[in-house]
Amino acid sequence: MRIFGLNRKIIRVLLGTEYAHMLEYRAEIALWALSGVLPFIMLSLWNGSDARDALGMDGVGLDRYFLSAFLVRQFSVVWMIYAFEEDALTGRLSPYLLQPLHPLWRYVASHLGEQLTRLPFAAVITAIFFLIQPNAFWLPSLGHFVLAWLATWMAFSIAFLLQSLIASLCFWSEKASALERLLFIPFLFLSGLLAPLTAFPPFVRTLAQWTPFPYLIDFPARVLAEQPVNLLVGFAIQLAWIVLLLPLVLLLWRAGVRRYSAMGA
Amino acid sequence: MAPQRSLHPQVAHGSVVIEVEGLSKIYRVADKQPGLSGTLKHFMRRRHRDVHAVRDISFSIAPGEMVGFLGANGAGKTTTLKMLCGLIHPSAGQVVVAGHQPQKRHPDFLRRITLVMGQKQQLLWDLPPMDSLRVNAAVYGISDRDAKRRISELSDLLELGEELTRPVRKLSLGQRMKAELLAALLHQPDVLFLDEPTLGLDVNAQARVRQFLADYNQRTGATMLLTSHYMADITALCPRVLLIHQGHLFHDGPLDRLASRLAPERHVRLELDAPVGAEAFAGLGRLDSCCDCEVNLRVQPDELTAVVAQLLERFEVRDLEVNDPPIDQLIGDLFRQGSV
Repeated sequence: MRIFGLNRKIIRVLLGTEYAHMLEYRAEIALWALSGVLPFIMLSLWNGSDARDALGMDGVGLDRYFLSAFLVRQFSVVWMIYAFEEDALTGRLSPYLLQPLHPLWRYVASHLGEQLTRLPFAAVITAIFFLIQPNAFWLPSLGHFVLAWLATWMAFSIAFLLQSLIASLCFWSEKASALERLLFIPFLFLSGLLAPLTAFPPFVRTLAQWTPFPYLIDFPARVLAEQPVNLLVGFAIQLAWIVLLLPLVLLLWRAGVRRYSAMGA
Repeated sequence: MAPQRSLHPQVAHGSVVIEVEGLSKIYRVADKQPGLSGTLKHFMRRRHRDVHAVRDISFSIAPGEMVGFLGANGAGKTTTLKMLCGLIHPSAGQVVVAGHQPQKRHPDFLRRITLVMGQKQQLLWDLPPMDSLRVNAAVYGISDRDAKRRISELSDLLELGEELTRPVRKLSLGQRMKAELLAALLHQPDVLFLDEPTLGLDVNAQARVRQFLADYNQRTGATMLLTSHYMADITALCPRVLLIHQGHLFHDGPLDRLASRLAPERHVRLELDAPVGAEAFAGLGRLDSCCDCEVNLRVQPDELTAVVAQLLERFEVRDLEVNDPPIDQLIGDLFRQGSV
């Protein structure tokens, strides 16, 4: 059975190939992994601030939250817009459009291949973190680990669909990456990357709950850190965003492909 | 060059595999004047204009045909190819390729066609071609055994060996093009759209690619529509040519008939025993050159017999040749002139 051209064999071959492809960029990916240390910078800022009590977490809780935020970010980072924009502008998208496989699967595979490549670097950074902060060490239960993995994967799916939605605008504007900036600022503040959502005033928290951003970092990070969180509501909202975004992406894609002029090809 | 085997019997038994009727494509492009004022005006009030890339062209191609698609840069060749393979939607007209409307990009249609672009690549740059081939085999649902056999067959034809396990970035342009062809043909398409497949290759590599395409056509009966700036590709492979000029289809037929349409005059080359002045050839056609004992004339075909008789009568002729002007020169002239 094929889903938009995809079957198990394609998944296996595509993932293997993309992993091999990403290994060619391992040094670059190591630097990207290192560049994702913003949560640790924020941790040190919060630890040195009098406002830390407002977060409703003790020192160890805060350490675990930001380490979890770092890990969730490592495995949910999406750069779809940039890759797609380049492919659309240079004509590299054309051969993908002429194969019986939806081109979006190739970008999914690239991201998953990159996540696999990041794994050892993220593990090393985590080990260094525990060496520096031994009190923060914890091993999540198997159940929490699986739930955190699922929440992270769903966070990745939401981020991927959001970027795909904007990337599809390349069919009209050719420079959709500029629009990504519109997403980045609210993502930065409302996702929980700079501070747990509890740090924000109640009306901002309420507002944020109506956006997908807290479900990209804050929710999966809290699940991984085994902090109190409403699992049922969190997963239901993640699923709702996926169900909402997926048809929008497919519709916009279908409309966009009609306008594709195969530039550069 | 009768096809020995057809990949899709329904195509072989049909009389037409590509049918194009009144096909047009209009691009809307931004129109910006140079300089700061042009930039400001463009920012405040964006203006567009319509570019008619293809204008109302019609033709059909039978299964197994190899057709050359000629035209200057910007004439509309690539736009037409993109519409035929379903990459872009036509602005008007009808296209049917292998029984499908290409722009719908139905998976069954995509399995039957391929597009090879000489200046673009589908192979993953940092990995050996074999990795891209494995992906293509999976995407097209080719079993591992069949994929292995087809790769072996095609790599033999293309004279590819260890290049398949070397990163694409380490391959020469010719090796890369051959690997691209292999990737494009792995699913055994029966309609091939080839856009400048020998672009940038040296003479030997061009000849090998040409030979491969001829062999592939003979072995599989595949239909090919080929654009190339190298006339050698067209003359070697394509008994029939389409010439597109400023979006219009100017010629559809055999290559030699195109030559007579473009230049109805015949070339007459004379080698004389002794030099003769140019004025002696007045009234004997159009004098191209008269240097020492060698004279080149252009003569209307209906006057050829009479002119040759007069030349032999008036001068001491050591040698005489009558030729059609070289087709590449004619088309080159046409492209340079910019008008038909």
